[in-house]
Amino acid sequence: MLTSVAALIVLAGLYSVHMMEEHGHIITGMNNQIVWGIPHVFAIFMIVAASGVLNVSSIGSVFNKPAYKARAPLAGLLSLAMLAGGLTVLMLDLGRPDRIIVAATNYNLTSVFAWNVLLYSAMFAAVVVYLWTMMEARMQPWSKHAGFVVFIWRFALTTGTGVIFSFLVARQAYGSAILPPMFIVISFAWGLAVFHIVQSAIYQWNGKMLDEYVQKRMKNLLGVFVVAALYFVVVYHLTNLYFARQVEFERFILADGGIYPLLFWAGYVVLGNLLPLLLIYLPGWGKTQHVAVASAMVILGGFAFLYVFIIGGQAFPLSIFPGFEVKSSFGDGVIGLYSPSLPEVLLGFGGVGIAFLITAVGIRVLNFVPREIPKKAL
Amino acid sequence: MSEINVQRRQFLKMSMGVAAVSIAPGIFLFDMAHGKADANKVRWGMLIETANCAEGCNDCVTACNTENGLSDGVSSTDSQWIRKIEIKDISTGRETSLPMMCQHCEHPPCVDVCPTGASFKRADGIVLVDKHLCIGCRYCMMACPYKARSFVHEPLQNQNPDVPRGRGTVESCTMCVHRIDQGQQPACAVACPNKSILFGNLNDPDSEIATRIRTVASAQVRADLGLNPGVRYQGL
Amino acid sequence: MLRLLSILAVLCLCIPAYATESSAIPKLDIGKGGECVKEPQWMRKNHMHLLTHQRDEVVHKGVRDDKISLKNCIECHASTKDDSVIARDDSFCVACHRYEAVKLDCFECHSGERKSAWLKRNSK
Repeated sequence: MLTSVAALIVLAGLYSVHMMEEHGHIITGMNNQIVWGIPHVFAIFMIVAASGVLNVSSIGSVFNKPAYKARAPLAGLLSLAMLAGGLTVLMLDLGRPDRIIVAATNYNLTSVFAWNVLLYSAMFAAVVVYLWTMMEARMQPWSKHAGFVVFIWRFALTTGTGVIFSFLVARQAYGSAILPPMFIVISFAWGLAVFHIVQSAIYQWNGKMLDEYVQKRMKNLLGVFVVAALYFVVVYHLTNLYFARQVEFERFILADGGIYPLLFWAGYVVLGNLLPLLLIYLPGWGKTQHVAVASAMVILGGFAFLYVFIIGGQAFPLSIFPGFEVKSSFGDGVIGLYSPSLPEVLLGFGGVGIAFLITAVGIRVLNFVPREIPKKAL
Repeated sequence: MSEINVQRRQFLKMSMGVAAVSIAPGIFLFDMAHGKADANKVRWGMLIETANCAEGCNDCVTACNTENGLSDGVSSTDSQWIRKIEIKDISTGRETSLPMMCQHCEHPPCVDVCPTGASFKRADGIVLVDKHLCIGCRYCMMACPYKARSFVHEPLQNQNPDVPRGRGTVESCTMCVHRIDQGQQPACAVACPNKSILFGNLNDPDSEIATRIRTVASAQVRADLGLNPGVRYQGL
Repeated sequence: MLRLLSILAVLCLCIPAYATESSAIPKLDIGKGGECVKEPQWMRKNHMHLLTHQRDEVVHKGVRDDKISLKNCIECHASTKDDSVIARDDSFCVACHRYEAVKLDCFECHSGERKSAWLKRNSK
């Protein structure tokens, strides 16, 4: 039932891609000021979470925690699914998706995007090999090595995602060296939140109960990651607030910018951080269902954060003439306007649908459901 | 001097000669590949005299649109290769009017970030988009500090045969490369009624533009970024 | 086994032969036509290589060899009726590309119209 809903969503996404091909990007809300929109929010969320969810397997294989080892295959599958979903969205939003072969055959070695093409495809391969070593008995001895490669590679991958923005000198929101580490820590929180949701769903449908010890450890880990991610975001904004030339931008994002401050404070800070932390740590709470709700909130907060970061960051006008008041016919000195249109939102959800389908089919066909190792063995 | 010494000297001389001969083409090819062989001869650029640029005058923009087949539209999804900007110094109140377009940087960020190499710099310093390679990712638009680039949001018809443009690719001022290659000046420079746009070869010390920038004060926009644009402004 | 293989081989040979016989070779409007680069059979096979090579030379180096430029091809091969190589089903580029089922990707950006005609229309 759910699978068919997901399939419908994917179809709707593909239909909007067809419309975008036919009519051009004019039918999206994107324009010459806001060049990346909702599809990029979805794509970057899924790619970042795909890298973060592997944390679960790394804790199992690299740091040898048996409770996480049992969950490593599921984490690997989720990572593949989200990577596939995110990359599909990114690719289909291109102006000329029919030329994807050009992107695969022409590399500009100074381009962060070109590095990411390599990082993503190698990540895909590495996770597939890792899954193979875990699920094929004869390959088990290699599992640790493969896990280590994946562990290193996903740091590189999320660094690459952060660097897409941190290497942009032009825009005030970006061009900061704190972005790659910030994205890495954020990826831990988002990835684990996605894992929590999928895990509770699987247990719910199979009528199983999550082992209390495992549940407690995993919810505490989520809490730690959420706090750490918030810390990086705070430092990022504090740095900007300290530089006089950045104060205007911060005022826009944090106070005057309409939808953006609202999404930042209500969406990211309250819904994405404070409420989940309460649900996790408040005495008497922190049960499975609380953690599931908290995870959903962390994910929604993540989307709010990316909307503010990506779209808000572009909406603030470029500072071409610092210290001057500027006006022109091309939106210089004016806040960029953006209202997402249905096709691009459908494209984004289509990517989520793809990730869901891959996960659902994977769990059905192969043995991905975590099997608890009896507590005595721990 | 003993005979052995002479022989050794000859051997050393000869081996150095061989080494030089074998390395030289490599160095030559390296220069070619980085466009250095021509780079010293020609770098096209512009000097814009803002004092003569009249507020409200839009002739350069109109000429550009006609030459390159742009629609004249000014909505946020329409392409604008050149635009007039009115700026006002916040602390002194001084107002200036000037045209803004691709600044044809020596170190263009758009070229660095382009994943396929569609954004590139010609040996004569003109920064272009090879639309055969452009996949429409818009990363160059994120990277450009001058907001010089536009994305073609709709399918186009009836393009100028000299200026191919199409849906789903990014475009910007080409300095009228099709005119330059025929020995003509860019359309905006020709159209300016006040002769505010001086086009020429920055690397030819005898050219008018090189003489002017040597003798009068001119500035680059966002010089702090160190991109060394080929378009300079006087009286900024 | 050998017989089976030989039958298969004969069949394979027959299909293309049958295909060419049954559907007529496309009739196209060659415009003014004529031979300026190489003879037609060679051009049918290799025009795309010439165009690709020329496009890289022009775009990246500014070497504009007018003889093998797309614009020059269109100048002669555009229909004498509507000045275009793409306007109708039997236009010069369309007819063949449709027959061969090869996507024609030039004219999303390039004008398919004869430049002299375009100039005449747009100078008014």
